[in-house]
This record gives sequence, structure tokens and C-alpha cells, in this order.
Amino acid sequence: MAIYAIQRLLLSVLIVIIAVTLLNVMLHLVPGDPAVMILGPRATPELIEQTRIAMGLDRPFAVQMMTFFGNLARGDMGTDVFTGRSVTTIVMEALPYTIALITVSILWAAGIGIPLGAYSAIRRNTWIDRITGVLSVGTISIPSFVMALYGVLIFAVWLGWLPAIGAGEGLGDQIIHLILPAFAVGVSWVGYTSRIVRASMLEVMGESHVRMARAFGLTEARITRTYVLRIAVLPAVTLIGAGVAHLFSAAVFVEVIFARPGIGALIVSAVNERNYPIVLGAVLITTAIIVLATLISDLVIAWLDPRQREGL
Amino acid sequence: MSNAAAYKQPSALRIYLGQLAQNPMGLLGLVLVVIVVATAIFAPWLAPYDPNQIMLGPRMGSPSAAHWLGTDHLGRDLLSRVIAGGRIAMLVAVATLGAAMTVGLALGLIAGYGPKWLDNILLLVFDAVRSFPVIVFGLAVVTLIGPSLYTVILVVAITSIPIYARIVRTQTMALRNAEFILAEKAMGANTLRILAVHVLPNVLGPLLILASMDVPMVIATEAGLSFLGMGVRPPAPSWGTILNDGYNFIRNSPWPVIAGSVPIILVTLGFTFLGEALRDIFDPKLRRDL
Repeated sequence: MAIYAIQRLLLSVLIVIIAVTLLNVMLHLVPGDPAVMILGPRATPELIEQTRIAMGLDRPFAVQMMTFFGNLARGDMGTDVFTGRSVTTIVMEALPYTIALITVSILWAAGIGIPLGAYSAIRRNTWIDRITGVLSVGTISIPSFVMALYGVLIFAVWLGWLPAIGAGEGLGDQIIHLILPAFAVGVSWVGYTSRIVRASMLEVMGESHVRMARAFGLTEARITRTYVLRIAVLPAVTLIGAGVAHLFSAAVFVEVIFARPGIGALIVSAVNERNYPIVLGAVLITTAIIVLATLISDLVIAWLDPRQREGL
Repeated sequence: MSNAAAYKQPSALRIYLGQLAQNPMGLLGLVLVVIVVATAIFAPWLAPYDPNQIMLGPRMGSPSAAHWLGTDHLGRDLLSRVIAGGRIAMLVAVATLGAAMTVGLALGLIAGYGPKWLDNILLLVFDAVRSFPVIVFGLAVVTLIGPSLYTVILVVAITSIPIYARIVRTQTMALRNAEFILAEKAMGANTLRILAVHVLPNVLGPLLILASMDVPMVIATEAGLSFLGMGVRPPAPSWGTILNDGYNFIRNSPWPVIAGSVPIILVTLGFTFLGEALRDIFDPKLRRDL
């Protein structure tokens, strides 16, 4: 298990390095000077030259990459073009809001989706199973920002039950402010997890070790809990791990729509003012988190199902 | 009456249509898709007004006989804008999926049939690209080259390529040691011939089914980027820009948000139901891990 974990960890680090290099290569390939892009068309040549030197753009690309990774290793992702503050600080201030949003969304979604999927599998082809099936396909395909807009429209504008703006002050208020955003981000994951758990439950229930347990006279409830569900949640774990990227995309919309602080809102405002260091820093951090989430889900699976440890 | 016609096998198309007819959700999906595609093709003739024409009538008007879906904050007819938006959505979907499938096919064949080291490098690059969230990556690209319809197409194509390439790679690897390929090799066929004549037809089917299931994702991304003001530029009537305009005035009138979102919901549901039905009919084993 330890060797497997180390191998996976090294691979993840490599993936992040490649992803960041790709972004930097893209920045380099695009016609036009990043300094000009940041300063706008009315900047004087002297100012552009100054900015180029300050950003290290006058040096060869390989040197720029080395400096970039060197700084990154020390936790330095450059400085904000306008305020001169450290990008690391700015990103780290926004991050907790997004992490809270994503965690709450996925917890409530998996908390409903997994039992729902298990129930549909046990009572398959009943009307509850059919309705769940259609509803999950429906919620999966509707984009999160449409869900968020209807959330605002119904619960904030028409009914006036829940706030639609900001993150709130104090714990209780913050929780109330999380309800609608977390609903919008999580609702499609109820569908995802219930579908995948249902499918894999049906598969596992046909396996020989389950038939064996039944032949030994174990109760259905015990078989489901101990022998079926443990294996059947594996694909759901993979799905959630791989889905963190989608959750971040959803968080961008939800943070903009509900005017919440967070990584998504930060990126959108940085794009609007062409603040490239912040965009790059925020993309880097989200990518690293996504790779980390995939790593964790792989390790959880290896822990739940030892068969997975063998093939890397 | 035992003539030959009575024993004729029903055509493959007939069997598939029969199977589709037995799947109510698939049929519903087909109907929705046909309606949306037809609307997109005939948009200029169907729209009652010019989608960008600013009317003298009421602004933020509720649905009426003259404006079936109401008007937006500038007094533009929402129905006309929604119809024109469908055309943009379909255009983006076709362009993006075409580009992503072509490049994904090429890279997947190379990874699956080429040398092992190249396969490893390509896999790492695929994993790296897949670890960008689509929207976040899209925003980064917008900072570089500015918002436009082409930026949207580029972003979605780049982020979808790894998905297609992986499927093609897996299928190609499964095929490369199949007996009919070995036989072809023994007869002296070159690599290009094997890939084009023997591997390609076998990987194209799953690829097309995946693409039809990806249409909702593409449309949602286009609408999403446009909603953020980072996609199709106003006044072009993308569903996303209609939603953005509507969101800014959501406390005045719900109609623009409803008009912009209902087509997105219908089209995503339509393509999802149809794609799932097609997959069940043609290739039940094809699963996608997101």
C-alpha cells in the first residue's frame, strides 16, 4: 500500500507540473505581449518595458520557467499587477469559501444519492426506481448555473425565504447563505451518485461471493451492508474524485450568481481586469486540488478494495 | 403467398428504429433533438422579428400575443432571440465536437498503435489537460486571446480531446492484436492501411455515441461562458447572454431567465435521453467515466 501511494503521489506531482507547463507554453505561444495585454493599448513603451522586466518576460522562456518553478517551490506565485499584493495570499483568502461550498455540496449530494441508488437497486423496476432513474438523468444534464438561477428566482425573489447575495457573517448566517449555492452545485451529483451506485450494486449482487453469503443463510440486510455496498460505492468514490473538476466549474457560476467570495469569483474578476498573475495562480491551485482529489479517491479505493493496488 | 419478400430480413435501420420506438425516453429525446435542430436550421425564417431589433413597445414585457416569450430590458423580442441562440448553440456543438473528434481520433490511434513511450507521454498530457476544470481553463484562455465564439470552440475542443483520445486508444489497443489485424499484417498491409481500413471503422461507432452524449456539455459550456460575458459577444443572442441580461433584471421580471433557460434544459435533456438510448441499442458495454 505504501509503495502504491508513493507511486501515485509522484505521478500526481508530474501531472501538475505538466499542466502548469502547458499553461505557460500557451501564454508564450499566444501572439501579443502579456505586458501589453495587462497594461492595455494606451500604455507608453517605457511602461511596457518596465513591466516586461518586472515580470521577467525579457529573459528566455526556459529561464522564465525555471524561475517560475523555483518561486513556486517556495510558495511564491508572483504579485498582483494592480495592488502589488502576493498572489498566494489573495488565492488563499478566497480558497476556504470555495472549499466549504464544494464540500457541503458533495456531502449532501452523496448522502442522498448513495442510499437512493442502493434503494433503487434493491427495489429495481418498481415505480420508485423508474422515477429515480428519470430524475437522475434529468438533474445530471441540467447545467448548474441554470439550477442556481432558478434557485434565486424561486427561493429568493418569489418566496423571499433565503438570501441570494454574499457569504454571510457569523456561523449561522453563513450556513443559511450556503443553502441555495450548495443546492445548485450538488443537485446534479445526487443523480450521478445514485445512478452509478445502482448500476454497480446490480453488478455486485450477481457476484459469487454474494450468492455464497446468501447460501450461508445471512439476512438480506446484512448481505447488502457488509458484502454489496462496500464494493458498490467504489465507482461512486472514483466519480466524486474525478468530478472535483466539474465541481470547481460549477462553483465559478454559483459564486458569480450568488455574489459569494471564492476562487471562481476571484478568477472571473481577474479575467475582467486582465490580471494574468492571479488567473495563473488560481488555475494552478485549482488544478493541484483536483489532482490531489483524484489521488485521494484512488487511495481510498485501494484501501477499500485491495485488488486495485496491483495495476498502476 | 410464400414469396421471397416475406422471408426478407428487416433492414438494420428498421430494427434500430423499432428498438428506439420501444424506449419512451429515447423517443422523447429524438423528438426534442429534431425540434431543436430544425429550429436552428430554419431560424431566420421562424423568428418573428430580428433578434437584435429594439422595439418601441414595452421593455421587460410579459408574454403577449405580439411577443410570445415577452421582451428583454432593451425591448427585444425574446422568442426571436431564443431561436437565434439555438443556431449559435448548434453551430458551436457541431464545430467543437467535429474538431475534438478528429484530433482525438488521431491522437488515440497514435497512442494505441504507436510505440509504448509515446503512449505514456500522450497519456500524461491527457491527464494533465483533464485536470483543468473546463470553465476555469476557459477563463484562462479568454484572458489570453479575448472572448469570442472561436475561443469557446477552442476551449471546449481542447478539453474534450483527451476523452475521445482515451476511448480510441483503448479500442485500438484491444484491436491491435485481434486475429484479423494479424492476418492483414501477415499479408503485408502497412500501418496506414490497417489503421484507416480496419481500426477506424471499429472505433468510429463508440466515438459518435459519446459525441452525441457530449452535446449537452458543449452547449452548457458555451452558454455558461457567454453567461459570464466571456463567450459569444453581445448583442449576439446566445442563450447564455440572454440569461445574463435576464439575471441582471431578475427582480424586475422572471421572463428573460425562463426564456433563456428552458431551451437549455430541453436541449440537454433531449440529447441525453437520445444518447443513452443510442448507447443502449448499439453498444451497451460502452460506459463513460465522466
